[in-house]
Amino acid sequence: MQITDTLARPSVARLPWVTIGVWGGLAILVLVAYARAPQATTAVLTSTIRQSTPIILGALAGIMCERSGVINIGIEGMMLIAAFLGFMFNVWTGDLLLATMGALLVGAAVGAFHALMSITLKVDQIIAGTVINILAVGLTGYFYQQGLTTRGKLTPVSIPVLADIPIIGPVFFSNPPITYASLVLIVVIHVLLFRTVWGLRTRAVGEHPAAADTVGIAVNRVRYINVIIGGMLAGLAGGFLTLESVGSFERNMTNGRGFVSLAVMIFGKWTPFGAWGGSLLFGFANALQSQIQFLKNQLPPWLAWIGDLPPQFIGMLPYVLTIAVLAGFVGRARPPAAIGKVYEKE
Amino acid sequence: MTVEPEIVLEARNITKRFPGVVANENVSLKLYRGEVLALLGENGAGKTTLMNILYGLYHQDSGEVLIRGEPVRISSPSESIKRGIGMVHQHFMLVPVFTVAENIILGAETSKGPFLDLKVARQRIRELSRQYHLDVDPDAYVKDLSVGQQQRVEIIKALYRNADILILDEPTAVLTPQETEELFAIIRSLTARGASVIFISHKLKEALAIADRIVVLRRGRVVGETTPREATERSLAEMMVGRSVMLEVEKGEAHPGAPVLTLENVTVLDDRGQQVVNGVSLEVHAGEILGIAGVQGNGQTELVEAITGLRPVHSGRVRINGRDVTNASPRRISEIGCVHVPEDRQEDGLVLTYSVADNLVLNIYYAPPFAHGVVRDDRAILNHANRLIERYDVRTPSPLTLVSALSGGNKQKVIIARELSREGRLLIAAQPTRGIDVGSIEFIHQQIIAERDRGAAVLLVSAELDEIMALSDRIAVMYHGRIVATMPAARATREELGLLMAGAQPSNVVQEPATDGHAPVSVQRRGV
Repeated sequence: MQITDTLARPSVARLPWVTIGVWGGLAILVLVAYARAPQATTAVLTSTIRQSTPIILGALAGIMCERSGVINIGIEGMMLIAAFLGFMFNVWTGDLLLATMGALLVGAAVGAFHALMSITLKVDQIIAGTVINILAVGLTGYFYQQGLTTRGKLTPVSIPVLADIPIIGPVFFSNPPITYASLVLIVVIHVLLFRTVWGLRTRAVGEHPAAADTVGIAVNRVRYINVIIGGMLAGLAGGFLTLESVGSFERNMTNGRGFVSLAVMIFGKWTPFGAWGGSLLFGFANALQSQIQFLKNQLPPWLAWIGDLPPQFIGMLPYVLTIAVLAGFVGRARPPAAIGKVYEKE
Repeated sequence: MTVEPEIVLEARNITKRFPGVVANENVSLKLYRGEVLALLGENGAGKTTLMNILYGLYHQDSGEVLIRGEPVRISSPSESIKRGIGMVHQHFMLVPVFTVAENIILGAETSKGPFLDLKVARQRIRELSRQYHLDVDPDAYVKDLSVGQQQRVEIIKALYRNADILILDEPTAVLTPQETEELFAIIRSLTARGASVIFISHKLKEALAIADRIVVLRRGRVVGETTPREATERSLAEMMVGRSVMLEVEKGEAHPGAPVLTLENVTVLDDRGQQVVNGVSLEVHAGEILGIAGVQGNGQTELVEAITGLRPVHSGRVRINGRDVTNASPRRISEIGCVHVPEDRQEDGLVLTYSVADNLVLNIYYAPPFAHGVVRDDRAILNHANRLIERYDVRTPSPLTLVSALSGGNKQKVIIARELSREGRLLIAAQPTRGIDVGSIEFIHQQIIAERDRGAAVLLVSAELDEIMALSDRIAVMYHGRIVATMPAARATREELGLLMAGAQPSNVVQEPATDGHAPVSVQRRGV
């Protein structure tokens, strides 16, 4: 009669053995791989972190919105617009810090637009998100001119001493700024949601807005702020693409990452660390896919057949994995109870 | 009373209009310190509107509110909280996935900087629990608590905010009789410490049991004020309804025949895949009313849905008139002679955007005389509607009026008319009188008994123990998805049923050998 899985707080009780087993197994796997092919292993792991950065930022954006009760399927579009304008700020100012701030602000603005549509104007939230996605593809595609150049992109900053540790050093302590920021943000948002007054109110608004209202919490204000914060996170994900990862803009360059973010958010049951696990999985599949194409000739004989597969098949790997994980392993994920519903006083 | 009567809350000439209705008209009332004021009235009499005005959820069109003699304008709940008003809503305002402590502090959090400080909160909650004998664990999740415990959480939530005026909106609607007694004890300990309580109810017995004074509302106006000493159930009912009503249901002896509905070990899952009906076996005979008593949420809803084909039967067999209808389509079950008055009349019983006439043919629209092939016969549908409206006393301006415009009682009469006019062999009535006026309740009860006397088998599911006891020939008690006891209604007492509904082991239930063939006292042990 009762719901067994608890959404409001990550389940601590069940964690130890399964988690220790999984992470222990992964660590052993990494060490074995490292012993046999140190460079390739480090490359795959480093690439995993980079590939997962926009995904986890997008997922955090989704978590902030949906925990407060607003569905956001417009993350893809928010990312794309911020990626484009972040890039343009870089072209115009040549200052990467300003450009990153610009991407954040653009994200906030699109977030505010989503909040306006879904909270104040009471547009169906799925449709509001779709509007943003379609608008993003159209606008960025229309205004983008080829041949724009910039003075560069955000580059890795090594943290002294820590960066010299084998495997861990290059993977975690030799990253560019937005990647570092994403790692910090996972912890920040976890604490924000589960340990602060704001987080308690946000979750209450997403679960039972009438209850929040009767104790004097301004439901729609809380939702607005969270959706705008979500927009900023999606904006940062977009900024990552043009300011840190690729360095330039391409049409429709988000390439479904916003939607993968949503999948990852559900995979992580609307918790930051759970979503991070999902993002790493996706990032790993992506990294593997690109490394396999580099390392075709160095594969051990029993894996040589992989080198003969058409590259398109290997390119599908991350998406196939996402589908498999979502379909098979997640089990029943329970979204915040009031999600997608406009709050109206009776 | 030795305490000097200080007025803590006063409403003067409150009027509140909603489009088309006057919810409150010139309502005035006073609440003295340390008293329990019962606000009695039928659904739609304006009780909840008045309380929502006092709590700041609505604002009155005219009139004024005084707290401790001072005129105030309460524009939001946080303001009323500040002024010491606490409200326990009919539908609890608790977040199920939060702990008790988190729910209580929400909106009034104890914190260190931006971070929650649950330690201080827990401490205070424990103190309050001790002080008022409100036993709850601050770290339990609300979803794991019983309804009675959740209500205590709501009360602590108000006390935590230093409320000394407590508004309880229909607080006993979801409680077992024992839980109601406990609530009354809590209310008494609150008033003993100087708090004042407004107790909103439509249950006459309870108002007489707990109140110091009783104010009766009818159609938005105060129609009388009395005390339990002067009033009787009958006089209160007349005040509420505005005419004399029959409180007792008159019914003759049952003449049970062959079994019509047979359930064998039926299990049913809820929407989340949890098993909520755990191996229910029972028989309902022609010409008898079997009442299923139980606190809401013990599997009754799912059981009824499974019998009527609206929800899959997970395992076990359902037979109607000897025919196996396990997992048959709702239409087949209906055509075999099962008529169904569903629990949720807005969602499942009616199409709110259809006219009364169309709603009256929802279960037969496809057959002659209402349809010829694919073409419907509007004249036949209209004639049918006029007939039923007359026979079942549905108060509607016209058969073409949208059913959404009718009052709750009349909506329910539309359903009763549609279902009972088919003269089925099995009537399944789930919460047939929930939230409707006393007059309509009287009528619907008579109709259900008429069905029985006509020879139909009746399965009655109700959360109102009074209703179960008044109508049933046999009573089955459902708890955690099981039938924990079945007994002839004549031998059932409120106390015993209440204990069974609360999950007490049925050890003190009289176990007698079956004397008459159809109604043995059977008691099943629960728990595995």
